[in-house]
Amino acid sequence: MSSPHDVVITGIGLVSSLGEGPDAHWQKLTRPGVEPVLDATRFAPYTIHPLPEIDWNLQIAKRGDQRQMETWQRLGTYAAGLALDDAGIKGNDELCATMDMVVAAGGGERDEAVDGAILAASEARNDRDVLLNEKLTTELRPTLFLAQLSNLLAGNISIVHKVTGSSRTFMGEEGAGVSAVETAAARIRSGQSTHVLVGGAFQTEHSDMLLGYELAGYLHRGPWRPVWQRQGAEGGGVVTGSGGAFLVLEQREHAAIRGRKIYAELGPVVSGRARRRRGELNAEIAALLKQAALPDGALLTISGASGAHAATAAEKAALDANPALAVRAFSTLTGHMKEAQFPFAVALAALAIDRKAPYPVFDATVERQFEAAPSTVLATAIGYHQFEGLGLIKAA
Amino acid sequence: MANLRDHMGRPIVAVTGIGVVTSLGVGKTDNWAALTSGKSGIHPITRFPVDHLNTRISGMVDFLPSSSKGASPLTYELAETAAQEAVSEAGLDAGDFGGPLFLASPPVELDWADRFSLYNSDKKESGSERLLRVARGLKGLDIFETTQFGSIADRLADRFGTRGLPITLSTACASGATAIQLGVEAIRRGECDKALSIGADGSATAEALIRFSLLSALSTHNDIPEKASKPFSKDRDGFVLAEGSGALVLESLEAALARGATILGIMRGCGEKADDFHRTRSKPDASPAIAAVRAALADAGLGEDEIDYVNAHGTSTPENDKMEHLSLSTVFGARIGSMPISSNKSMIGHTLSAAGAVEAAFSLMTMRESVIPPTINYDYPDPAIVLDVVPNRKRNAEVGTVLSNSFGFGGQNTCLVMAREPV
Repeated sequence: MSSPHDVVITGIGLVSSLGEGPDAHWQKLTRPGVEPVLDATRFAPYTIHPLPEIDWNLQIAKRGDQRQMETWQRLGTYAAGLALDDAGIKGNDELCATMDMVVAAGGGERDEAVDGAILAASEARNDRDVLLNEKLTTELRPTLFLAQLSNLLAGNISIVHKVTGSSRTFMGEEGAGVSAVETAAARIRSGQSTHVLVGGAFQTEHSDMLLGYELAGYLHRGPWRPVWQRQGAEGGGVVTGSGGAFLVLEQREHAAIRGRKIYAELGPVVSGRARRRRGELNAEIAALLKQAALPDGALLTISGASGAHAATAAEKAALDANPALAVRAFSTLTGHMKEAQFPFAVALAALAIDRKAPYPVFDATVERQFEAAPSTVLATAIGYHQFEGLGLIKAA
Repeated sequence: MANLRDHMGRPIVAVTGIGVVTSLGVGKTDNWAALTSGKSGIHPITRFPVDHLNTRISGMVDFLPSSSKGASPLTYELAETAAQEAVSEAGLDAGDFGGPLFLASPPVELDWADRFSLYNSDKKESGSERLLRVARGLKGLDIFETTQFGSIADRLADRFGTRGLPITLSTACASGATAIQLGVEAIRRGECDKALSIGADGSATAEALIRFSLLSALSTHNDIPEKASKPFSKDRDGFVLAEGSGALVLESLEAALARGATILGIMRGCGEKADDFHRTRSKPDASPAIAAVRAALADAGLGEDEIDYVNAHGTSTPENDKMEHLSLSTVFGARIGSMPISSNKSMIGHTLSAAGAVEAAFSLMTMRESVIPPTINYDYPDPAIVLDVVPNRKRNAEVGTVLSNSFGFGGQNTCLVMAREPV
């Protein structure tokens, strides 16, 4: 039963190593046996999925604005622009000024040259705190602070795209992406918002972004393998990718009045925080699946599995326990995009519903065939370290 | 019998617990005594050397066990300390809170002390290659967790037994107010009957100070630290970087009354509006701030003539105070000259991610105690900003409603309206 306050998806903005936009992703991801785009040399021994070539001018018209952002903010602002365009909102002053926004953000693209010089100098100095003051006061670019600051992705989306209804930035890896979608949907269902821009981006081509995983040994090393086949391989199982995913979520009635194309309806989104050290993750994922009230019959499942050994094994066990689920782990082809992981999963789910076709297997040794036109798709994001969420995306 | 629903039919949200830590001390009692006697917590920086720094003063919290342990541990301890006070006051189980957690906290990065020690624990290779190799050999998760944006909230969720996936957020200097707004909204939507909203910031590192310095945002009045923060004064020259935390236990009025809790105040309304003008500056006509104030009043169901006191954002930067005055005088019209408007930051400095929560805590106390804390250091009034800033001395006054403003970099504007009594 549809209701005027249902949450529907009317805009999708995607960027990954596979390209940009829903069409490019659909074409690549539905081509059986498509190969991932990899760079195994730049950050060896780590493999990454690099950004595709992007003409930033297409979504960020002013060079001055581009200069005020490091790549992560530029990438997010770009992906947000794609989603706004896709929903027919970009450039519509009234719709932008009343649009709410929830961004799942990371940040912290530091100046690697300045940091490297400080670290090198620290080998010969005992007064490291003084060294820090000396170097940072003279060598830091004043605008860098804002160009890498978490809430300034949203800030730049306001400046560049004029989205100014409200602006909130959630932090906390994959969980931030889950909460952003969950909160945006709750606002729409309760009538607080009519249309919300929600999403995130991750720019992995920076040593600090790799360090964020590697301080706990989470990155996969050695030859690349699909997400499901990294258990026991060298390293921790995560292969990262640069990319971003933004969605325009809208009240069904609002979209209908505007006469907009609807990709899909966003059904229940559920989230949790297993105390993983107590071994609660398997039970938590099972509980979330139950809470989401999966429909009967075979169900296409877009998994955001990161490859991180423990979390991916737990997710696999929980999904395998339900033989109806035909799982596709997209990180095999895009890499792990941290905060953007859940919005990306939701976007791919919505695309499959819109195109009335499933994705072929991304890993033939593990993933099961699924041939039908999906009317409901499950999207998951089980954090590589903490926090879990999933959602059901349905035919509108 | 009190009304349990507001003017829009939503559950009324009460405050049943308040906690606060600032450079003035731990807890409401010490903070309130200092605040109402016009005492400043701003002092010379001792946590790290100040060689080469233009600003050598701050409102750092230097008296907690984690004060010298880095931004993540200190932010956690600040959050935990304020939350413990709030949850105990509310009379709830401090290990089984049973509602969601909303945490405003600064973005975290690998601390320089850790960066140095990791780097210098080895000699092979250089730069990031060496750091990455050393990192993957680490045995424990302690350093890793200081770099994960969700880890502080995860620990707090364990500590207090909050429910579900905790939300960590940043809306820059409006973060604390946003954390409260998220809690209010969750209760209004009926998702929960109580929520724990915390703003905490222990990130006053040398690098943070330098970053704000490079943006010319900080006061350089180093000689008499307690006089450096002077909101609305003619000679104001920037904000004073500070640390602190504020925590509120929010509950539906119905649930709070049902369990016989003391009602400390009511969260009447929240309003926000993003600014698309510039990364650090506000639109010259102050229209986004004006819209945020008006949205908060509308959400609260109150008219412009029904606000008794404004707890200003009042950072002491030339830009903010001018813009805030313009927005308030636009909304409140001629009445603005006779409305008390004071800035807690004159005494505690700018607690950044915590500010909105700390100042909401003080706003609620202002109503409960019928005492308005002053704006200190108001020796040279800015003739362009004619406001009753409650200069230099506290004022006894009945305050039934408060507007608390929070404005931040990135075009963030969030306003809260609080009331002493349910309608």
